Amino acid sequence: MITNKTGMNKHDSSLVMAHMWVAFISLFIGGLMGLLQTLVRSGTLTLPFGIGYYQILTVHGVILALVLTTFFIIGFQFALMSKTVGMTDKQRDSAWFGFWIMLFGTVTTAVTILLGKASVLYTFYAPLKAYPTFYIGLALVVVGSWIGCFTNFRQLYVWKKKNKGEKSPLLAFMVVINMLLWFIATLGVAATVLIQFIPWSLGMVDTINVLVSRTLFWYFGHPLVYFWLLPAYMAWYAIIPKIIGGKIFSDSLARLSFVLFLMFSIPVGFHHQLTEPGIDATWKFIQVVLTFMVIIPSLLTAFSMFATFEITGRSKGYTGLFGWLKGLPWKDVRFFAPMVGMLAFIPAGTGGIINASNQMNQVVHNTIWVTGHFHLTVGTTVILTFFGISYWLIPVLTGRRLTKKINTLGMIQTVVWAFGMLIMSGSMHIAGLLGAPRRSSYSTYGGSEQATEWIGYQLAQAIGGSILFIGIILMVYIFLYMIYAAPKGEEEFPISEVSENAEPTPKFLENWKLWIGITVALILFAYTIPFIDIIQHSPPGSPGFDMLIRH
Amino acid sequence: MSKSSLQMKKKQAPKEEEQPELKGTFIAVMGLGLFILISWFIVYFIFVAR
Amino acid sequence: MHLHKYEKIWLIFGIGSLILFLVVLGVGAFYKGTHPPSHLATIDPQNVQAHESFMDENLGLRQVGEDQYLVSVIASAFNYNLGTDEDGKAIRTVRIPVDSTVVFQVTTTDVIHGFQLAGTNVNMMVEPGYISSLETTFKKPGTYTLLCNEYCGTGHHIMAATVEVYQP
Repeated sequence: MITNKTGMNKHDSSLVMAHMWVAFISLFIGGLMGLLQTLVRSGTLTLPFGIGYYQILTVHGVILALVLTTFFIIGFQFALMSKTVGMTDKQRDSAWFGFWIMLFGTVTTAVTILLGKASVLYTFYAPLKAYPTFYIGLALVVVGSWIGCFTNFRQLYVWKKKNKGEKSPLLAFMVVINMLLWFIATLGVAATVLIQFIPWSLGMVDTINVLVSRTLFWYFGHPLVYFWLLPAYMAWYAIIPKIIGGKIFSDSLARLSFVLFLMFSIPVGFHHQLTEPGIDATWKFIQVVLTFMVIIPSLLTAFSMFATFEITGRSKGYTGLFGWLKGLPWKDVRFFAPMVGMLAFIPAGTGGIINASNQMNQVVHNTIWVTGHFHLTVGTTVILTFFGISYWLIPVLTGRRLTKKINTLGMIQTVVWAFGMLIMSGSMHIAGLLGAPRRSSYSTYGGSEQATEWIGYQLAQAIGGSILFIGIILMVYIFLYMIYAAPKGEEEFPISEVSENAEPTPKFLENWKLWIGITVALILFAYTIPFIDIIQHSPPGSPGFDMLIRH
Repeated sequence: MSKSSLQMKKKQAPKEEEQPELKGTFIAVMGLGLFILISWFIVYFIFVAR
Repeated sequence: MHLHKYEKIWLIFGIGSLILFLVVLGVGAFYKGTHPPSHLATIDPQNVQAHESFMDENLGLRQVGEDQYLVSVIASAFNYNLGTDEDGKAIRTVRIPVDSTVVFQVTTTDVIHGFQLAGTNVNMMVEPGYISSLETTFKKPGTYTLLCNEYCGTGHHIMAATVEVYQP
């Protein structure tokens, strides 16, 4: 099934392309909603036709954080698997089946939101109650993604059986880790949606246990952000080195960091619930410690990335302390966009450490600082890397070439994005430290002096948001151009080789039973006692409140 | 690679000669570490002052 | 697995910094008692006024000792109930002398709300069935906006009140 060096099997290409279409349509719709939000919030726009601010905020969150990411990631991962371990006809059929279920779920949820019956934001905290089809649609997206998970597992399993004793290709290893992470994490959100939300919203039960639902949601909510980040790391570790003309710094360190992400990104959900009643303070702190463990693989990654760049630059003859920077292909958008994304991860990751710092969370919790934070992580680091991937992946899929013109336009797009985000996210961080809340429509808070101080920053957010929307229009244009207008030809599917200096990868890194065992043990350690506590000391349940979201 | 290991040879013990020259990387990550430390303590002191 | 010499130093420095953060936080939380708000008391969300703290006459500001105050609040969409004044009007501003110890205790009768005093460390989630509680000392006089920072419905952004910290 593996075809020539550059292109991909035609059937696999259409599968991946279908995912890309959903991702880029979502980017456009979600981005437009984002623009409208910043305009409303700065007091410059009132929404027409009875559209609610919280309705478009729900669309923005669901379509960008849940739909765009999931479709892009699963599509990209299928491309990686098809390229590295191959895909049988049967596996492709099951992948398509998963795709259609996810799409059907997405449409079901989207229609419910557009009808104004689910303005509950993408975190859908109970006891705000949406119409049942909102939850059913989300459940279908998760179920569809599970089919993707098991298809990927099967692909690597079949390859391993054919290539006994060989280590799995690095990218296939990474994809399977990410899908394992996703599967284990989504069990939590599936449990709360299937057991709690759907029966409650259908009226089969009267009340819902709010803290249990939130705890299950955040058991999923943090690994979710690593599910977004790991595909970016895949590109950084195993694709960027090829693009810059270098090699992978260390295959084993790359695998090790992915294993650490699997183990430590799940038992940490309490750091999203630090200011909540009903959870013991000691268990919160224990999960804060575990959260800090998940920073370590990112420290490893930072070193590996710089090392790859330095070694590559030096191998091209550039010397001096930072002279090797000149050896990097700054004018190649396939490198430039992800590189800007990496740089954004420095303040993004730092903000994350601050957020998770136990009592310090009181300074920033639910302020717009948090919004600024994840617009740097997922909204810059991850998405710019995804754009960077698209510049070669879409041409590979469509059998066209990345032209010089599109390369230049991509560079401009990257700069526009970085600039818009600098303004928007920067002002969000500052306003958040001053106390401005997230997720709020335009408000003077009864003429409060503090709220007056925030308006300037909200205007800056609107300016940044408008610049970002220009970036989105550029990106959608580039996407369409690469599908319909770029000249036919062959574009390289860049996959790096491991440096000859790197040591051989130890066998234990592929001991799946061990890694899954440790992951499950850590989850049980972090959650069993506090979760039993929460259930045993539960207050009476909450009835649903669906009238509060009507506008 | 050979070029950089030659440079290393002058300064380092022979058993480390296979290590690539990564001074720039080292300074870059330490700068990153410093950024994290400073930012964290700024917010920490905001927390303490409030 | 073999690590580059510089990578070892970087990891020691990086992990060392993380340990330093955790020690600072841990000492603050467990020794000085600055845990984030984690009150465990429960309440029937559909009958909060059966609880003594949330009876009509106990809402709002109460002095409970020299320089010690208690503020009891019922949050509901889209209002903070701080009790009524002598004329029977809803109180919108709570006045607290600077440097006194204040305990906020808050619960909700409907959905989840936030309870944030902008520009201070008073920031907690309010969830049906639980009493959220937090003790603080206001070090600086000023007018602080009390606002809801967790989405609670279409009127979420109008849910606010005021806390005035004054120099007596």
